[in-house]
Amino acid sequence: MEGTELIGRLEQAVPGGVFEIAASIDLQTTVYVPAERVTEICRALRDAPDLRFDFLAELTAFDFWPREPRFELMYLLVSIEHRLRLRMKVRLAGPDAHVATVSGIWPAANWLEREVWDMFGVAFDGHPDPRRLLMPEDWEGFPLRKDFPVQIRRPAYASEALQVTEQEFRDNIQRDRLSRPGHEG
Amino acid sequence: MPALRSETMTVNMGPQHPSTHGVLRLVLELDGETILSASPTIGYLHTGIEKTAEQKKWQQVIPLVERMDYLSAQSNSMAFCMSVEKLLGVEVPDRVKNIRILLAELQRINSHLVWLGTHGMEVGAVSVMLYCFRERELLLNINEMIAGFRLFPSYMRVGGLREDLPRGFHEAVRSFLDRFVVKLGEYEDLLTNNEIYLKRTKGVGVITREDAVAYSLLGPIARAAGVGYDVRKAFPYLGYETYEFAVPTATDGDVFARYTVRVAEMRESMKLCRQALDRITPTGPHAIDDPRITPPPKDRVYTEMEALIQHFLIYSQGFTVPAGEAYVPVEGPRGEQGFSVVSDGTNRPWRVKSRAPSLLACQALERMIIGGLIADVIAVIGSIDVVMGDVDR
Repeated sequence: MEGTELIGRLEQAVPGGVFEIAASIDLQTTVYVPAERVTEICRALRDAPDLRFDFLAELTAFDFWPREPRFELMYLLVSIEHRLRLRMKVRLAGPDAHVATVSGIWPAANWLEREVWDMFGVAFDGHPDPRRLLMPEDWEGFPLRKDFPVQIRRPAYASEALQVTEQEFRDNIQRDRLSRPGHEG
Repeated sequence: MPALRSETMTVNMGPQHPSTHGVLRLVLELDGETILSASPTIGYLHTGIEKTAEQKKWQQVIPLVERMDYLSAQSNSMAFCMSVEKLLGVEVPDRVKNIRILLAELQRINSHLVWLGTHGMEVGAVSVMLYCFRERELLLNINEMIAGFRLFPSYMRVGGLREDLPRGFHEAVRSFLDRFVVKLGEYEDLLTNNEIYLKRTKGVGVITREDAVAYSLLGPIARAAGVGYDVRKAFPYLGYETYEFAVPTATDGDVFARYTVRVAEMRESMKLCRQALDRITPTGPHAIDDPRITPPPKDRVYTEMEALIQHFLIYSQGFTVPAGEAYVPVEGPRGEQGFSVVSDGTNRPWRVKSRAPSLLACQALERMIIGGLIADVIAVIGSIDVVMGDVDR
């Protein structure tokens, strides 16, 4: 289906000129929508009978730091019934970017939103389980942000490596050797 | 008489459990043997591949993405290359398209064989694993033949393939297919009517059609629940529309339905392989002819100054990709797969994001096991075919 026809259907499902059409070179027609209306628009896209975007194939973020607004969220929607694909994008300004959750519309969004929070620090208002997904719970910072350094050293949080001097190491070996049963001097 | 006291028990399953296919940790709350709640914990294999990819040149990302879903290396790199080719605006020759289809289908058989073997073993059919790995060995030999590397061949390149097919490739694939069609029947004899296997899998880990859609399980799991969606049919790429094949589906949505769907998929893949093999000429173009992207043939590098310069530029600076964003979906062994690739116009990607089918399958796991028995958890984890490398990336 042509992109223009899809746009027509979108405008019909959510009137009011909320869709800002962007250039796209692949299968997915690309539209930007305002961040404050994400939930309402997503619900309409899922439920409109001539769209039925029932699959949320992907939800991720891009960081265009140092540009502002730096974050772009991408929702990749698939309609099986009508063989449609749509890339819906949302611009968000940092550093405390936040947007409403869509996990109530597509349960699949639950972990995907957690991953975006984990990696980019974009908060999802009303998320049922707003924890990190992949990184350790006490990790500081958001690794996929562009201003997050690539090569850093962090101590492991679970336990610290046992520190011994060379002399202590030798003494330990000696002691173990002597205490071995059956040792003959 | 004192009142009877009852309490639930919390069991930690994993992360080091052989049936979790890597390092998946499940905290299960049990009432007797019935599961009341399950909370999966992931991230043990997180290696930051997506962050690493942003530091590499475009071609250098290919080995990285192959290691994400380590059972479907060729599909990963193919999906990545196709997204980059979309950004570059180039189209590979027909021969390359057919070779890519052939390799992707062989990879699907390869991945499904590992799945069938490990899943069979987990529910008690140990001999199936030995047989499946025997046939998989032949596929790994084919990988070794074309690329010198068995698991992660890095054979797909932006703009085509690394080099042309080796001599004897057609015979090797044909002899594998001739052998495998018989062997697949043997696996089915071992499982399809096996009373023990049926008891362990029928009606276990059911996911409804609605839930499969809601949890975005595009792929064999959704097809086993009656969703007839396959990227190869719905949004054909590489010329899949000119091939003859069916999309197997089932309606029960249980472990057994997933088994039947995947086994039928292997048969369809064999059909596709044969068709592709007939179309691939033994020699011909293996990449686009674009001096900015593909390196020159080795014999020219040794004899011509221009070719040497071109070779040097490609391997030292790489190539630049026009700014933009692309996502090309392909049907991987675990479902829709693709890479959201963003370029800022330089020789390194701005962002590479893999759509991870295993992550979504892992998320839906909770839905499939609650209310079931603890012994069935292992059968269900096996049936959704998670690859933890793909979950954690």
